Amino acid sequence: MLVCDDVVIRQDAFTLRAAWQVSAGDKVAVIGPSGAGKSTLLNAIAGFVPLSGGRLSWSGQDLGALDPGARPLTILFQDQNLFPHLTLAQNVALGLSPSLRLDRASRERVEAALERVGLGGLGARRPAQVSGGQASRTALARALLRQRPLLLLDEPFAALGPGLKTEMLSLVAEIVAETGATLLMVTHDPTDARHAADRVVFVDDGVADPPRPTDEVFAAPSPRLAAYLGTRP
Amino acid sequence: MAGRAEPLIRRGGGGIAAALCLALMAGPLLAVALRAGDSAGLGPGDWAAIRFTVTQAALSAVLSVALAVPAARALMRRRFPGRGLAITLLGAPFLLPTLVAVMGLLSVFGRNGLVSQGLAILGLPPLQIYGFHGVVLGHVFFNLPLVTRLLLQGWQGIPAERLRLSESLGFGPRETFRHLELPMLVRVVPGALLVVFLICTTSFAVALTLGGGPRATTVELAIYQAFRFDFDLGRAAMLAGVQVALCVAAVLALRLAPLPVGAGTGLDRNAVLRPPRGLPARLQDTVVIGLVLGFLLLPLGMLVVDGLPGLVLLPDTVWAAALRSLAVALGSVVVTLALAVPLAFRLAGARALWVEVAANLSIAVSPLVLGLGLFLIVLPLVDPRLMALPVTALVNALLSLPFVLRALVPAIHEVNAGYGRLAASLGMARADWLRHVVLPRVRGPLGFGAGLAAALSIGDLGVITLFADGARETLPLALFRLMGAYRLTEAAGAALVLLGLTLAVFWIFDRGGRGRAGL
Repeated sequence: MLVCDDVVIRQDAFTLRAAWQVSAGDKVAVIGPSGAGKSTLLNAIAGFVPLSGGRLSWSGQDLGALDPGARPLTILFQDQNLFPHLTLAQNVALGLSPSLRLDRASRERVEAALERVGLGGLGARRPAQVSGGQASRTALARALLRQRPLLLLDEPFAALGPGLKTEMLSLVAEIVAETGATLLMVTHDPTDARHAADRVVFVDDGVADPPRPTDEVFAAPSPRLAAYLGTRP
Repeated sequence: MAGRAEPLIRRGGGGIAAALCLALMAGPLLAVALRAGDSAGLGPGDWAAIRFTVTQAALSAVLSVALAVPAARALMRRRFPGRGLAITLLGAPFLLPTLVAVMGLLSVFGRNGLVSQGLAILGLPPLQIYGFHGVVLGHVFFNLPLVTRLLLQGWQGIPAERLRLSESLGFGPRETFRHLELPMLVRVVPGALLVVFLICTTSFAVALTLGGGPRATTVELAIYQAFRFDFDLGRAAMLAGVQVALCVAAVLALRLAPLPVGAGTGLDRNAVLRPPRGLPARLQDTVVIGLVLGFLLLPLGMLVVDGLPGLVLLPDTVWAAALRSLAVALGSVVVTLALAVPLAFRLAGARALWVEVAANLSIAVSPLVLGLGLFLIVLPLVDPRLMALPVTALVNALLSLPFVLRALVPAIHEVNAGYGRLAASLGMARADWLRHVVLPRVRGPLGFGAGLAAALSIGDLGVITLFADGARETLPLALFRLMGAYRLTEAAGAALVLLGLTLAVFWIFDRGGRGRAGL
């Protein structure tokens, strides 16, 4: 369980508060207007933005003391998820060994992970030699190998076309189902939230609301959410 | 946002390297200052040297910029085969050993040069290159290309959106100049003028070879003469103090002007400046580009022609000197990188003014002042002649440092900004981060920096003149002696060897950096 215990994030004049929790295995979409702090919230959980108050914990373990790499999570950024000078296989292998020292078994696991996301045989390519969708799949293959219980998506598929994005979200859903990971994904497309999440966190006006079931949220949106969605309450 | 990524770029060596740079420059300056007290003050000859230095530097700066504006403009708005090569060539004089350029200029503008031969056919007297105008000619040769590249960057910096807007509003060349180019020039030109002025105030080798007698002596040259001919250390130190004051004044002025910077790559992007139609404009651009390229290439071409016969005449001592120069270059590369790498990591992280000052101080300190200070320091300890080569390597490393850092720091900064978070989120240790991410991604600038340090040091004729005797001369010094002895065919041959070596060391290092195309 991910607990945001009266979390306060301050950056210059910007403040974001969150006080709620997410149960293990939940799939949560984080929606809200741009600039509201969706990315900031995920980056705080990942350890890139310091908390000004409160406490973050996973299964009772305080995350504040942990470096980003030591936290029980994998994050996919908006871009720069791959090192362009390393091959796809090396990029995936970083999920097993950040020093890239691999034995035969590890190499087989890397190849299997690539195979699983539909990139079998492409391990020797560089990111610039594959499509945007294939690059996204590579990052997902690495997430698969890392086997962290929490998966954070900071709109990594935003640059892909609608069809590809849906395809990626389906792949994410499969991976999450296979690994039992808890998913937190930023999106500004309500369709994504309906498609891939069972809960929704709405971020606006300096507050990240507690997660509510997706159907409920869209069936009876709060006035602020309705304004954001452009539907009349 | 990279709060947690910072530990990957831990500080450490940077501070030590910066302190070392400071000590290596403050020590000699202090030695000079202590010694300058012995002197009787500035004589009329010294004042003449100061006046000459300032006048020629100012004129060189104005001429270089005045010629570079139309050249850069023409290069910017025209597309022709070999344009990329031409822009690359503009970067070459920066690496070119001064004496090689001087030999080339002599073969075109000298007493027996191409132009004088043409004049003789018309029954006119030959050109007199030595003196004020010779020094200015030499400086324009070096700085016109440099300024052209700076201005090209300025033109490139005009946002494409604004160019599109101006086109949609139907601007002609005059309106484009007034609303887009002029504001850019107002921003860029003062910095360019000051850069050239600064470079020319510390000019030594050009004044040494093309200056003539007491009426065309720079302060830097006066230091050398006081040292070499009179061995008057007090007066040399006094003049060195003057030189420091001149440089500091120029650098302070430079800090007030925004300096166009950049590693000099990526000048070949898509054309956005629409060339004006019509024959006159086209003719003007063609002539300008032709003249500038001719001015750069003709001397080098003539040098090759004159130098080839000289190659077979070269005495063994010249080849031995070439080996010594190679050793100096390699030593200089090692010292430069040993200082530059930790400094670059430090500078790519948090801002630290004193580190920045320490790394760039050598821009403000002339090589001969540094050399003189080091001479004063080692004199009581060892025979300075034994130190000739190490000191040359060291001083050149310090001089290369600001340029190498200018290529390296942005590259490291980019790696940190682009991949620091990803590496941190994957839990990469510092060693893994350096080996698998930083090194592959900064190989290019690293190789370029090493090549630069090697090329600058291999062709240097500066401090070596204070320290060396005939037994330990470098290739530029051997070339200088051949010129002084009027053995001009051999001198042209030696210059050709020096040119070849300079290009070779630069190419090898730069190539090594690009070995595996880091995409």
